[in-house]
Amino acid sequence: MTAQQTTSAHGTTVETVELERAVVKHWKAPISYAVLTLVALVLLVVLGRDGSATLRLASGGDFFAIPDAVLPARATGVVVVVLLAALTALSFWAVATVRRLGAWLPIVFGVLFVVGFLTWAGAGSMIPIAGLLFATVGLSVPLIFGAMGGVLSERAGVVNIAIEAQLLGGAFTGAVVASATGSTIVGVVAAMLASVLVSMVLAVFAIRYFVEQVIVGVVLNVLVAGLTNFLYSSLLTDNPALNSPARLPKLPIPVLESIPLLGPALFKQSIIVYAMYIIVPLIAWGLFKTTWGLRLRAIGEHPLAADTVGIKVNRLRFWNVALAGAVAGLGGAYFTLDSNGSFTREMTAGLGYIALAAVIFGQWHPVKATAAALLFGFASALQQTLGAIGSPVPSEFMLMLPYVITLLAVAGFIGQSRAPAASGKPYVKQ
Amino acid sequence: MNDQPRDADDPIEPAAPQHASGPPDSGQAPTIVHAPEVTEVQVAAPAAPTDDRQVEVEDPWGSAFRRIMGGNLVMAVLAIITSLIVGGILIAATDERVQETSGYFFARPGDMLAAVWDAVGGAYWALFQGSVLNVSRADAGFAQLIKPLTDTLNFATPLIAAGLGVAIAFRVGLFNIGGRGQMLWAAAAAGWVGFSFTLPPVLHVLVAIAVGIVAGAIWGGIAGAFKAYTGAHEVIVTIMLNFVALWFITWMLRTPGLLQNPGSNNPISPAMPPSAVLPSIFGPPFILHWGFVLSVLAVVFCSWLINRSNLGFQFRAVGYNANAALNAGMDVKRITVLAMVFAGGFMGLAGAQQVTGAVTTGFTSGIDAGIGFDAITVALLGGSTPWGTFFAGLLFGAFKAGGFRMQAAEGVPIDIILVVQSMIVLFIAAPPLVRAMFGLPQPGRKSRRQVRDEAKIAAAAQQKGAQS
Repeated sequence: MTAQQTTSAHGTTVETVELERAVVKHWKAPISYAVLTLVALVLLVVLGRDGSATLRLASGGDFFAIPDAVLPARATGVVVVVLLAALTALSFWAVATVRRLGAWLPIVFGVLFVVGFLTWAGAGSMIPIAGLLFATVGLSVPLIFGAMGGVLSERAGVVNIAIEAQLLGGAFTGAVVASATGSTIVGVVAAMLASVLVSMVLAVFAIRYFVEQVIVGVVLNVLVAGLTNFLYSSLLTDNPALNSPARLPKLPIPVLESIPLLGPALFKQSIIVYAMYIIVPLIAWGLFKTTWGLRLRAIGEHPLAADTVGIKVNRLRFWNVALAGAVAGLGGAYFTLDSNGSFTREMTAGLGYIALAAVIFGQWHPVKATAAALLFGFASALQQTLGAIGSPVPSEFMLMLPYVITLLAVAGFIGQSRAPAASGKPYVKQ
Repeated sequence: MNDQPRDADDPIEPAAPQHASGPPDSGQAPTIVHAPEVTEVQVAAPAAPTDDRQVEVEDPWGSAFRRIMGGNLVMAVLAIITSLIVGGILIAATDERVQETSGYFFARPGDMLAAVWDAVGGAYWALFQGSVLNVSRADAGFAQLIKPLTDTLNFATPLIAAGLGVAIAFRVGLFNIGGRGQMLWAAAAAGWVGFSFTLPPVLHVLVAIAVGIVAGAIWGGIAGAFKAYTGAHEVIVTIMLNFVALWFITWMLRTPGLLQNPGSNNPISPAMPPSAVLPSIFGPPFILHWGFVLSVLAVVFCSWLINRSNLGFQFRAVGYNANAALNAGMDVKRITVLAMVFAGGFMGLAGAQQVTGAVTTGFTSGIDAGIGFDAITVALLGGSTPWGTFFAGLLFGAFKAGGFRMQAAEGVPIDIILVVQSMIVLFIAAPPLVRAMFGLPQPGRKSRRQVRDEAKIAAAAQQKGAQS
């Protein structure tokens, strides 16, 4: 690189320059695989359990019924550990010889690990896989909407700790408005507006008054929790009619719902979930393929440069943070208008923070953040399922998983997490 | 934004002239708002926002007035008043009598106004009686009269200690949201020492609290180590560590042989033996315990640590400008870890006070009672100074003590306190907003009179130019 620059600086002596190749070997990934393999070895083989796990793959109404998979726990464990060790070795070899293996390796590794863990945990009992997937989608929906709100906001340069507040505000407003008007769709719109309002407060304080954005976010979480609790105690407990919204109907998609295993989980959902299937790809496409997305990323990475080419940084930030609120509001509406059917005190229960974790683990990318949210949703669905069949792992450790993974991610052990450069820094026009 | 919490008599950075040109609030609101980003190495540090509108000091009295009205204390008072007004509006709006009378407001407006007065006045009178002086029990003796005041001190006890845990981290440019996790570990450790060992009375409680402080400090230090050695943002790390701690403590509390009360199926610990309980300072009718004295001692220690000690000097140096501190030969990573250790230690004191003073009949995973988050508002209101945190803790302690009475006597849910508290912090964090609401002059901006005078001069000059 430097050699090239000097030749071009001299200009006259043009000769072919051997470019130096800097080889950087990242050993963190293979080391992480090795550690996980070791965990699997201890769990599945050393602490192996006898008996066999029945994985029920079929559910009623499929095209064809997949027979139950009966896996002997100990043997499966041995096979899984051997395969994991092979993948780990492959990963070490790839890093040593500077090859790229693509995204299939972590996916295969993850699936194998989960299968091994499931057979180990479910030894001697039956695990309904279709139900597990259904619960995963259900638990992931608010996380995904919240994470999308986080991605949009942080890509635009405003740190969004207030996802929890947006979800909670949306849930409360959705329930009350849907009950009062009798229309769930009006409730959904109201939930989005309430979240937009929370976002706008965040935006005004962050952009107009230069208040440290983390502080605004944390305070907003407390404020909305206090406000909804106060209104719940003073209004809703006396008037139950205000807290009994009609729920959004499940709209099964005719053919797709009969796909074995995935059909009921993905295509027997309410309109909010279908909206999610559209919104996530839309955000991903918009962020990276449209002018809007380019500008949004520009004001989050280098607002001065964006300003120089005539982009109104603060105005664009404001409206994008508001948009982020609208998306998160859908997640809030999901709580009261789809999954639960009424508002309860602090019903989001820290899910906003898990959504934040998904944003970070998903490297501020909409699709990756969705995958992270699905992973976290799967962890908590698994915890519920294992709790029902009597799990050998304390459920608290499963609940801890998202946070531990995020800690490892921000510490650089899993993937690379780098926030948008100007995220959290107010922009002051010179 | 590079303005940071600072003391007026700070040796590192001289107090800025109050009305100089510069960032709109750098002189007047040096307190709280901008938890600095300094520990990150910035390739091109964003230039400080400059305001090139010079303020000419022409009338000393006007500028003195502006300086006072733009000052910190006035801002704090105005923020508190505004928040109480907002709270009053909420109380009135949810009051049944007000709702009834609002139906015929235009026919008989007096009814509704009286109802509003009853609701809001009654609630805030209960708040006062529950937190300062119980006037309605004045005839029952002096003890009953001032008992609410001691209740306030009692509720303020953990708030002050935890507030210090946030404030000291702020001074180093770190944002400690990890109060919940640090308090939980401290409570678990102090509780474990309390019910597992038998020691002489005074020693037992002191050892329990010391172990609690150490546990909180370790959990805080882990967050600091993440920040220092991997560059992970401490906000994310502390939030995640909160939940890790929560689930870990929950698991220990429901696992027999760890923290669970033998013979119980609930996730609750055994009760503390009398030797491990902080005794009441004044005896029976009062619940104020010796933990308050510990909190005051912690404030004194923190004040000494930040303002007088060598380490505190380094803390502040890193907080102002980590790069400069690094160039001056300070070990910024070590300072970061140490700051979080101290922050966790203060949080640990709060957690230990909870199990040895407030809830001594066995604790659950809700022992932190949201104090870890309240502490953020306490530290912000207190301007991240130890004594500021002390008084802010007293105020929020009063809100808490009075809130319970307000709930019992007037049926106003105590959650209104959370609303008022967070409103206060929002307003405190944005002085220009408060100034705009009260029509106060904005520092760094010309007063209306100046603008008018200048416009006159300019108009006159223009006229002259036109004539000539």
